[in-house]
Amino acid sequence: MNNSLFQLVALQFKNFFREPAIIFWAVIFPILMAWVLGIAFTNKGEAKKTVAVVGNISEKRVAWLKPDSGNTVTKQFGEDIKNPTRVKFIFIDEPAALLSMKRGEINLFLQQIGDTITYRYDPQNPDAVNTYLMIEREINRNGEPMIRSSVKPITSKGNRYIDFLIPGLIAMGIMNSCLWGISWNLIEFRMKKLLRRMVATPMRKKDFLLSNLITRTLIGAFETSMLLLFAFLYFRISMEGSILALMLIYFAGIFAFAGIAIMVSSRTANSQIGNGLINAVTLPMMILSGIFFSYHNFPDWCIPFIKYLPLTLLADSIRSIFIEGAGLREIVMPFIVLTLTGVITFFAGLKIYKWY
Amino acid sequence: MLLRQVFDGVHTEQNKCAQTDVIEPVVVRVKSLLKLSCKEIMQQEIIKITKVSKSFKELKAVSDLSLTINSGEYVALLGPNGAGKTTLIEMIEGIQFPDQGEIAIAGKNWKSNERDLHNIIGLSLQETKFIDKLSVYETLNLFGSFYKLGKQRTEDVLDLVNLQAKKKTYVVNLSGGQRQRLALGIALLNEPKILLLDEPTTGLDPTARREIWHILEKLKKEKGTTMILTTHYMEEAEYLCDRILIMDQGKFLAEGTLAELISKYGEGDVISFALNQKLNVSEFTQLPGLKKMIWEDEGRKGKMVVLNIAETLPVFLHIVEKLNARLSELECRKMTLDDLFITMTGRHLYE
Repeated sequence: MNNSLFQLVALQFKNFFREPAIIFWAVIFPILMAWVLGIAFTNKGEAKKTVAVVGNISEKRVAWLKPDSGNTVTKQFGEDIKNPTRVKFIFIDEPAALLSMKRGEINLFLQQIGDTITYRYDPQNPDAVNTYLMIEREINRNGEPMIRSSVKPITSKGNRYIDFLIPGLIAMGIMNSCLWGISWNLIEFRMKKLLRRMVATPMRKKDFLLSNLITRTLIGAFETSMLLLFAFLYFRISMEGSILALMLIYFAGIFAFAGIAIMVSSRTANSQIGNGLINAVTLPMMILSGIFFSYHNFPDWCIPFIKYLPLTLLADSIRSIFIEGAGLREIVMPFIVLTLTGVITFFAGLKIYKWY
Repeated sequence: MLLRQVFDGVHTEQNKCAQTDVIEPVVVRVKSLLKLSCKEIMQQEIIKITKVSKSFKELKAVSDLSLTINSGEYVALLGPNGAGKTTLIEMIEGIQFPDQGEIAIAGKNWKSNERDLHNIIGLSLQETKFIDKLSVYETLNLFGSFYKLGKQRTEDVLDLVNLQAKKKTYVVNLSGGQRQRLALGIALLNEPKILLLDEPTTGLDPTARREIWHILEKLKKEKGTTMILTTHYMEEAEYLCDRILIMDQGKFLAEGTLAELISKYGEGDVISFALNQKLNVSEFTQLPGLKKMIWEDEGRKGKMVVLNIAETLPVFLHIVEKLNARLSELECRKMTLDDLFITMTGRHLYE
């Protein structure tokens, strides 16, 4: 019997299994990602959090909350519920605590006001709420009467979660615009043999690649301004730092990701492989670079590496311009690293580029 | 021939000079005449391919080919799929490079003259897709800019390939024939001396095909363009080209005009037939004027190459009648390229 539903299902399966690249990206790549991220972030034992303590804590029932020689103290929470978390308390003053919060190094700080432990955090940030619940539970677990506690939400501009989020989203937008926009375009041109047709004319190859860079700079500028306008009007975010610095870091970011996009699309004429390659570049960065939550939650050993990922450099720079008031001096290093990334990947891509 | 022209020229000049007794200018005139003819000689040989080979992994796509094409010539590359036509044409286009041998175009090779050669060559690839949401005019303008041409040229080309009416249409909405004319228009933008077309009419209906033929005919007449064309269609090669090259398995099997090919490889007519029953093959061996009998289904269906239909056919019919058989098909015609290809290789040109 030749059943057409059976044939149609068989067709889909054949299509899937006869394209080795799809198997790689659909089966092997997710396993690899799970493996790498799993090793990096779960096998190291317990999770880690940092919380700031402002001023002295005189309450006797939390006598352990005293700075040691390194001005920190670390305590293991949640062992009884098989969810151990190491909490590192750092003892700093209030402005330093607010700055750390802006940078995403901490999401909550506490202080004793009278006989009350006061927690300060943005209730819009789910991670901060989590931290609050955990500490509150631990402190009051051992006995009656309860320690008095209160929550004083931080909702002032620049300290809110949305202030942390928007600059990260801008950076991510730049990355995605370049990688999907440019790579996709180039792979499609190659697929249609249009690239082959174009290089059979006196067209300069560099012009062709540059045209992608220029278009992305302009389209990206439009996309970014729209997002910014919305965030300004709706969330009332504000920008503290230099607009010139923002523009420069924007150009450097576009340049870096355009270079990476050209490199990513330099060989393949298969949209599925292209899709996988682009995901392989963008996904890890979206997770690692502290767009949605701070990368300071990741183990210490990988933070120096994460800090130099192009997306981290860009997101951190934009964030520092927006909420810390950073100027030109603060963005020199990321500007240079991003620009160099762009130059190196652009020329490496041009070198290995498959025109026909 | 050319040298004779030069001598004739000198001769006339000498006559003139005998009349006028002026020697100096004559020398100058002779010199310039000679120079001109050198240039003419140069122009004559526009593509020279010497012992070119190209392999892809195991497959030898083009094997030790040599070919010279003269300026103004229209040449057709004909052959079945996988014969090496596209590989050969892409090597001339500079898209692929030969493993061995040399290709000179207007005396230049691809390695050091890429830009110059791009400027004198126009080409259309097998099935290029252009940008869907770009209009015909915009597409031509884009390619025109690569040659640093103005918008006037775009207009001229629109007229040339008869797409003026579709100027503002998006490429995605063009018919197959219009798309091929656009591809041809792009190939013609830079007024190329050499036109390389890879299956320009494949998949087109006869009217659309004829339209392309007319454009190409006009070019030959008005511009003296040189063209190499690969095709599956014999009538296309026959209609357009001065010379036909038949390729198979990376080699040239035969070359010449259609008439030359036929007189060289198998002059005669073809009678193809099918019978309603199987007859003994030996019955047909004594037919008058029979050059070759090719059976498709032994004793039942076949093809005869004969010197003269009028001489062979009545005898053939008589035999069939005598044996009480009946003909279910009968066709008599002049030899075609496909027949030729079958007599050479035993296979159809395209199977």
